[in-house]
Amino acid sequence: MALVLNEEQVMLKDAARNFLRENAPVSHLREIRDSGNTDGFSRILWSEIVDMGWTAILVPEEYGGLDYGYTGMGIVLEESGRTLTPSPLLGTALTGVAALTQAGSESQCASLLPAIASGQHLLALACDESSRHQPGIVETRAEALDPGFRLQGRKIAVLDGHVANTFIVSASTGTGISLFLVPADSQGVTVERYPVFDTHAAANVTFDQVKLPADSLLGTLNHGQDALDRILDVARIGAACELLGIALEVFERTIQYLKDRKQFGVPIGSFQALQHRAAHLFCELELCKSLVLKALQSLDENPQGNAELASLAKARLCKIAHAATTEAIQMHGGIGMTDDLDIGFFLKRCQFLETLYGDRHFHLDRYARIRGY
Amino acid sequence: MTDLELFRKETRSWLENHCPQSMRHPYKSEADACWGGRNWQFQSDDQRVWLENMADRGWTVPAWPVEYGGGGLNSGQVKVLKEELTRIHARPPLESFGISMLGPALLKFGSEELKQQHLPPIARGEIRWAQGYSEPNAGSDLASLQARAEDNGDHYLLNGSKVWTSYGDLGDWMFCLVRTDFQGKKHEGISFVLFDMKTPGVSTRPIKLISGKSPFTETLFENVRVEKNQVVGQVNQGWTIAKYLLTHEREMIGDSSQLRAGSIPVSQAALNALGTDKGILAEPLLRPDIAGLEMDAKCFQLTVERARDEVKAGVSLGAASSMFKYYGTELNKRRYELLMAISGADALVWEGAASHDGHLPKSWLRTKGNSIEGGTSEIQLNIIAKHILGLPG
Repeated sequence: MALVLNEEQVMLKDAARNFLRENAPVSHLREIRDSGNTDGFSRILWSEIVDMGWTAILVPEEYGGLDYGYTGMGIVLEESGRTLTPSPLLGTALTGVAALTQAGSESQCASLLPAIASGQHLLALACDESSRHQPGIVETRAEALDPGFRLQGRKIAVLDGHVANTFIVSASTGTGISLFLVPADSQGVTVERYPVFDTHAAANVTFDQVKLPADSLLGTLNHGQDALDRILDVARIGAACELLGIALEVFERTIQYLKDRKQFGVPIGSFQALQHRAAHLFCELELCKSLVLKALQSLDENPQGNAELASLAKARLCKIAHAATTEAIQMHGGIGMTDDLDIGFFLKRCQFLETLYGDRHFHLDRYARIRGY
Repeated sequence: MTDLELFRKETRSWLENHCPQSMRHPYKSEADACWGGRNWQFQSDDQRVWLENMADRGWTVPAWPVEYGGGGLNSGQVKVLKEELTRIHARPPLESFGISMLGPALLKFGSEELKQQHLPPIARGEIRWAQGYSEPNAGSDLASLQARAEDNGDHYLLNGSKVWTSYGDLGDWMFCLVRTDFQGKKHEGISFVLFDMKTPGVSTRPIKLISGKSPFTETLFENVRVEKNQVVGQVNQGWTIAKYLLTHEREMIGDSSQLRAGSIPVSQAALNALGTDKGILAEPLLRPDIAGLEMDAKCFQLTVERARDEVKAGVSLGAASSMFKYYGTELNKRRYELLMAISGADALVWEGAASHDGHLPKSWLRTKGNSIEGGTSEIQLNIIAKHILGLPG
């Protein structure tokens, strides 16, 4: 597949950019924060996003979706990274839908996907139990009943956990781990919302003797690790898309500032010390564009995924988006440290996404292991 | 069957009959390359036959027009030919600065007379070209060059010197930047001229590098006669041609540094030398650096791919050659730094089996020049800052 967007994808990108710039620029995020919105996103904007069709991009046609593929979803996420638009797109429209289409039974898909496509239902992947991402270490347990299961444990840092209707929970089931679909209103589920410093929110979720019916099992009993890895790889590539949007936007804003800001009687962008750093970052970002597109196309070619490419994308986008946001602060100087300027919002969202589903150290290690060293 | 499928079928069967078996392996070392030229000694009959076969078909320069010795192929056919050559691991029939640098400039800026005179011998590997660009006092600031070509009626008289002439001692002709105007702005008094290196007054001196090798010479001019009909483009307008040619040179350097890098993954070299401990590389401190390099190299390769696909789709990455030159050569330097670290004391052996008679340390030393030749990394960053990012002055 050629490493370029096709005509339809270019149109989607333009439409996404125009919609988000108009309806959800960074000032929208600022309003959410300053108005004390506890959801961390606007329900009104969410219904407009549903009208744009973005919640249906990955949903197969038989469940009321567009079946438009991962590249299309990634384009939208990249654009929403540019505007820092808070929404459940990453957690539900990408990760949640991928979990169901990859591991879900027909009846699970039929009961949830149409509601997701229409924006009525939100999902949250609950797989972390320690502050550093270690999805292979699972203390949460699901005991087999007859019929069904009983879930006991605690998950932390659950993206969209405070608003989710259903959790996707990893739990140890004896000889392996398994995944479960757990309605948020089940008896014994406690959601502790907490604010995140990027003005979003997340939750720690406790499952205390939660009784689950047999059909809450997502995928195969005791073989949930592979499914979880694949779901996480989709989520990681999605986070990489958003990081790419953040990095490109913050870079472009910084280049503009280098042209506008004068010191010593000249634009500071005429100084070679800054020019070379900017030019180097430009090259790194061009490499990131190629990588993210390749990762998305690989998902469209084979939804089972490519773990090496997913870890490569997450590791590299963490590294380069981090460099872009920290360079942005430094090159803006004192004004970059103020809350009045938007640059700090990019830094915070970037740090959040870096930590989500494994930082660059986690993925560097994973990449090397996959490649046999 | 489409035209292109038919072309592939014909090409495959032609190559089967015309590419000698011994030419179907990658180079073992740079010494295996065929450079052609008046004094070229073919290393084997197969090397001669392979060049002749390809030149007869115009496929040493498949995209050039047939009347100049080319194959007259369209871009789709060129791609198919490359794929078919790669499929049988065929080595290039000819390495040539005439093909990679001078040819594109002549095709774009040369008069009909100059094209007819020079392009066919380039395509056939009969004339080997040398590049006269840098001078002792004109490196990064190339436009300040001082080699003087003074008007002497029907010809110019050239005096001065050039430096860093690749294989200057083996060149037959030189394409050369000279000053033909001594008053105006430095960019506006430069002409792009061609002359035979056998002309009286041309001499070369080898430059010995830190690797011990001498692939470059200093080239001296003392009252060298340059014919006026050998000026490419307009007199005093040579800088435009010089810059155009540099973009081709950068692409070539960026590409070739990655071709060399493609041989064996650094992680494989590390595993071979150091082994594993508890399932990971036995030298844990090298591991993040190796993984970081392999990640960047993969992304670089994807970006080369994307740039090609974008050209085909009609959108261009713009002044991309500077990016590829900068990033590709810096990657190659990092790669050799890691190979040296992996080999430890073995890499310090100059003669002996441990370092294959110094092959690794010599290659490592050579890579230090990658980010200098063809415009330093700093010059490439300047170009990106000014021409892509639009940063001021």
